This record gives sequence, structure tokens and C-alpha cells, in this order.
Amino acid sequence: MTVTDTPVQVGSPDPAATFDCRQDFAQELAALAREDDRVVAVCNDSVGSSNLTAFREEFPDRLVNVGIAEQDLVGVGAGLANAGLIPFVCAAAPFLTGRATEQIKADVAYSQRHVVLCGQSPGMAYGELGPTHHSIEDLSWMRAVAGLPVVVPADPQQTRAAVRWAAQLGRGSYLRIPRFKVPVVSQESDVFAPGRAVVVREGHDVTLVAVGSMVSRAVWAADALAADGISARVLNMAFVEPLDRDAVLAAARETAGIVTVEEATVSGGLGAAVASVVAQEHPCPMRILGVENAFAPTGSASFLLDHFGLTTEGVVAAAQDVVGRARS
Amino acid sequence: MSSLTAPLTEDVSAEPRALAADAGAAAAYLEAVARHRTLGGEELARALGRVATGVRRDVITTIQGAGLGHVGGDLSVTDILVTAYWHTLTLDPTRPDLPGRDRFVLSKGHCAAALYSTLASAGFFPRAELATFAQPMSPLNGHPNRVKVPGVETNTGPLGHGFPVATGCALGAKLLGEDYRTIVVLGDGEMQEGSNWEAAMTAAHYELHDLTAVVDRNRLQQGARTEDTKTLEPLHDKWTSFGWETRRIDGHDHLALVEAMGPSTTGKPVAIVADTVKGKGVSFMEDRVEWHHKVPTDEQVVAALEELSA
Ligand SMILES: Cc1ncc(C[n+]2csc(CCOP(=O)(O)OP(=O)(O)O)c2C)c(N)n1
Repeated sequence: MTVTDTPVQVGSPDPAATFDCRQDFAQELAALAREDDRVVAVCNDSVGSSNLTAFREEFPDRLVNVGIAEQDLVGVGAGLANAGLIPFVCAAAPFLTGRATEQIKADVAYSQRHVVLCGQSPGMAYGELGPTHHSIEDLSWMRAVAGLPVVVPADPQQTRAAVRWAAQLGRGSYLRIPRFKVPVVSQESDVFAPGRAVVVREGHDVTLVAVGSMVSRAVWAADALAADGISARVLNMAFVEPLDRDAVLAAARETAGIVTVEEATVSGGLGAAVASVVAQEHPCPMRILGVENAFAPTGSASFLLDHFGLTTEGVVAAAQDVVGRARS
Repeated sequence: MSSLTAPLTEDVSAEPRALAADAGAAAAYLEAVARHRTLGGEELARALGRVATGVRRDVITTIQGAGLGHVGGDLSVTDILVTAYWHTLTLDPTRPDLPGRDRFVLSKGHCAAALYSTLASAGFFPRAELATFAQPMSPLNGHPNRVKVPGVETNTGPLGHGFPVATGCALGAKLLGEDYRTIVVLGDGEMQEGSNWEAAMTAAHYELHDLTAVVDRNRLQQGARTEDTKTLEPLHDKWTSFGWETRRIDGHDHLALVEAMGPSTTGKPVAIVADTVKGKGVSFMEDRVEWHHKVPTDEQVVAALEELSA
């Protein structure tokens, strides 16, 4: 059991103070580049949208822009890794993971190349631009690739930790860098390691497992549930792969059931990963919150999160349902 | 509701209302196109110029209302769109799915506002709908969607998709013995996507002479000039070497566009490299990278509309 030794955050995330994690991503990348001259950034006409303008100014020779060419982008990244560099390949998440899935599989994961794949602005961050620009399939697609850690930082601090962690991994990984503004939900003393969830809240009635932009909503849901006499444990499962199986099994054993929340399709992402462990090892009631078999209508990111019920209230209702089912 | 219990017909993307043709505008459009085809020279140029100015004005107000949009590329592609729709293409806005219709594909789908404004000008849907662009539940998504918007042949937005689909449209015509035309419009930055060159080879191999690819050569992409990002030149020679009949024109010259969008003379597919100016028509937007996607302030809208009142 590894999860109980992580510190437990007290207090609620402040909804008034939110961050676009691309800034922390870019700052940490620049810091790394100062320490290690093998670190390079690779992008697809996305210097601005990946916040790499300052990086380019400081390291003009270490930013490669392959233009609008995502398959080339990942292949070039694998070649740079072959040459001994540590490429951070940055592009909008839907195009990076969708267009170049096969390059990610064959050139990065199967070839065991140390390429850090950085999916920018994931989920429904590009709300009004529509489903072509929404990255809700990336968790499922990337989870399906063998040997590729899938990391979903929830706030600036975790974003920085993820960058640092991926830089020393020695093989490829997928980092999902939020654009949708998130409040702080982690603390520096949190353990950031593969297969380790962070217990954001302790609780014994039900467990809420969330990633990325949904972690704060899960914590606010726990606050609301507490007022209702329900004690909810909240796990920030920043590593969707490898998953913290111990934390999931502890939740299945120690609480009435599990609610998972992700800004992604329910087909194959966080919820599916948790359900696979639960179903095989210790069945318990579950609700999987995400986008179900649909392309989003037109609207802003926050409109769409509401539309799909990815709200504090949505999490509360699912938790009550799980608790109710366990009691009946 | 879980996906197990949801009826298959339920689709949260289904819109509360569908767009349908504006019959009056469509009739006027059909009449005008027929007239344009009898015109030449200055008269035709003036007529198309008037439509283009109207479309540019709609682009500006549509983007202002939505608070988002790719105004630079919209304004650079407007004359190409207007010439295609108001002269070259044979379409019936009241029957957008007619089997023998010409096909038009906007591969640079981020310029949806220009396409929507052009479609509305032709009566594919009421012009008043432009005010809903990108609003919650609007059919007018930030990128063209064929399921929601009459006249859109295929969904675009991720670059490098429209051209292969257009190639399939043209190949389908050939296989079925139909003689409709297919026109696809590409961004120059978009030409950096490999899928486009795959399509270019397919079209040349199958001698799809009814396919015309127009490159909106405004020399800017999202973050910088194309030639500072990834060199495209010599673009004309690239198309030629890929087996295309290639034409290079001023993409704001309606008469040059009319001529260039005419039939193939070699039996090969036709590529038009149309030299354009990003932000064309609004002096402070012209050839400036920051106007790739940026929303004009109220004062800028006034100034832009002033310039576009000719
Ligand atoms: C596959 C893909 N990669 C990246 C983007 C993001 N993007 C949108 S527009 C654009 C620049 C397009 O440049 P260009 O084709 O020259 O169009 P224009 O300048 O005419 O607007 C980019 C990179 C995208 N839409 N699709």
C-alpha cells in the first residue's frame, strides 16, 4: 500500500485563482534546457499556442518548427532522440495524438525512443472550434500504445513535475498539458511517480478518481457531499498509465464504490482503466463520468463541460448514486 | 444515462434546429450566376467585386459577434470563394445534395467564417444565421460541418483533410461517368501536410482533369511566414512535377480567377497557385501574422467596414 503515505491536502481549491498550465510547462522546459543542452523543443507552427516564444528567444537553435506536419513532427522527434537529444514534441493534443498515432506507436514506443510527447490544450479546451479540435480520444488512444506512460497533470505544480519526470525517463511518454484554467489542487510535497495516485482528500464512504481539469471539481464535490454526511475520498490519478492499482483496490475495498471523472470520452480512458482493475480484482459499484459516444455541440469549453455533466453537481449526483446502490 | 441504455438515435450533437435554404436569396443567386456567365471584362469584375465586399463585411461582423475567428485567412480566400460560388460552380442552394452538383471543399477549414458568409450570400441558409457563429448550440461551428450546414461537402478543420476527400469526389465522378467539377481550396501553410502530397499524386495518377486545387498563397501561416517556417517555393514547380497543369495568378483578380478555374487543357488536374494577401481589404490587417486569429475591437470593426464600403 503506497497511497496513504502521501500528504493529504486540506482546504478547497480556490476557484478564483486559476492557471493556464502551458505557461508552467514552457517555463519548466526552459529551466531544463538551461541545465541540459540535450533538451530541444519540436513544434508544428505552434510556437505561440505552445507558449514557446520565450524558449525560442533563449534557445533559437534548439527549437525546431517542422511546420504544419504532425506525422513528420513525431518522426523527426524520434530521429532527434536517436541522435542523443531529448525532444519535447509539442502540438495541439488532437492533432499530435490523432494524426501521428502510428508514429507514436512505431517510432517512439515500439522503438523505445526518449521522446516527450506534449499534447497541448486537451479535452474540450478549444470549445467553439468543435470536435475536430477537441482532444477527448487522446487518453484512450495513448493508453492503447504499449509502454507509453500517459500523464495528466492537474495544475501548474504537477505540470512542472511531469516535465521534469519525463525528461529523465529514458523513454517516451505522453503529457497532457491543460489550457482550460485550473486552480491549484496539489502541493509540492506530493509524490509524483508512475503508478502513484495522490490522495487529495481522505474519505471512507465513496471514492472520486479524477484527472486534469476535473480534480478540482471532484474536491468541490467532496465538500458538497460532506455537507450531506457523505465522506468522499478524492484521488488525483495523474498517471492514467501506469495506473495506481493499489489505490484503486483500496478504494474498492474500503469505500462503497468509485466515481471516475475525466474531460475525455468514456471509451477507453481513465474510467475504463479503473473499471478494468475493479472488475477483475474487486467488483464494486462504479460510475464513469466523461463524454459518452457523442461529438460535442457548438459552445465554449465551460459550456461543454456543463453540457456533458462534468460539473461539481454531476460528480455529487454520481457519488450519491454509487453510495445509494451500495446501501440497497 | 449509460451508453448501454441510450437509444442509438440519441445524439447530443443533434441541434435544436436545422438550417435550410433562404429561397429568395437562392433564386437571386441563381439568376446572378447565370448573368455572370454571360458577362465578361469589367462588368463581371465589378459584379464579383461587389459580392466579395459584402462577404468581407459579413466576415468582419460575424467574427466580431462570435469573439473568435481566423480573420486573416478569411479575407485572403474571399475572392477565391466568391469567384467559385458566383461564377464557376453549378449548385442549387435549395437542393444542396443534388447528385450531379459541383463539389466545393474548403480544406483550410479554419476559414469557416468566409465560407459561411459566402454560403449565406448564395442563399444556402439565411444570412441572419451568421450572427449565431460559434454561439452555444449553433449549427455554425468554428469549423465547417457537413451534418449541420447545407452546402458543406465534408468536415474540415484539421489541416490536410479536405484535399484527399476532394480527390475522392473527383475520382467518384470519373468512376460513375459523371461530369461534375470538384474545386478544393488549400492554405499554403497547409501544403506542409504530407496527406496533401499523397492526394496530389493520386489525382495526377488517375488524371482527374475535373479536379481543381487552389492554393491560397498568402505567404503567412499561424505563427510566421511560410518561407520562414518551412519553405514551400518553388510551389508552382512542385505541382507541375507532381503531374498537374499549373497556373499562377493574382488571387484577388476575379477575372484571372475565372479564367484559371476554367477547364483543364491538358487532361491533367489543375493546380492554381493564387497569390493573395492575408487580411486583404483591411489595411491594418494586411500581411500581418497577428491577424491569423484575432478579433477586431469595436473601433477596428468600424474602420474595417469603412474600408469595405466601396
Ligand atoms: C493538422 C492541424 N495542425 C495544426 C492546426 C492549427 N492551425 C490552424 S490554422 C493554421 C495555419 C494555417 O496556415 P495556412 O494553411 O497558410 O492558412 P491561412 O494562412 O490561409 O489562414 C494552423 C497551424 C490545424 N488546424 N490542423
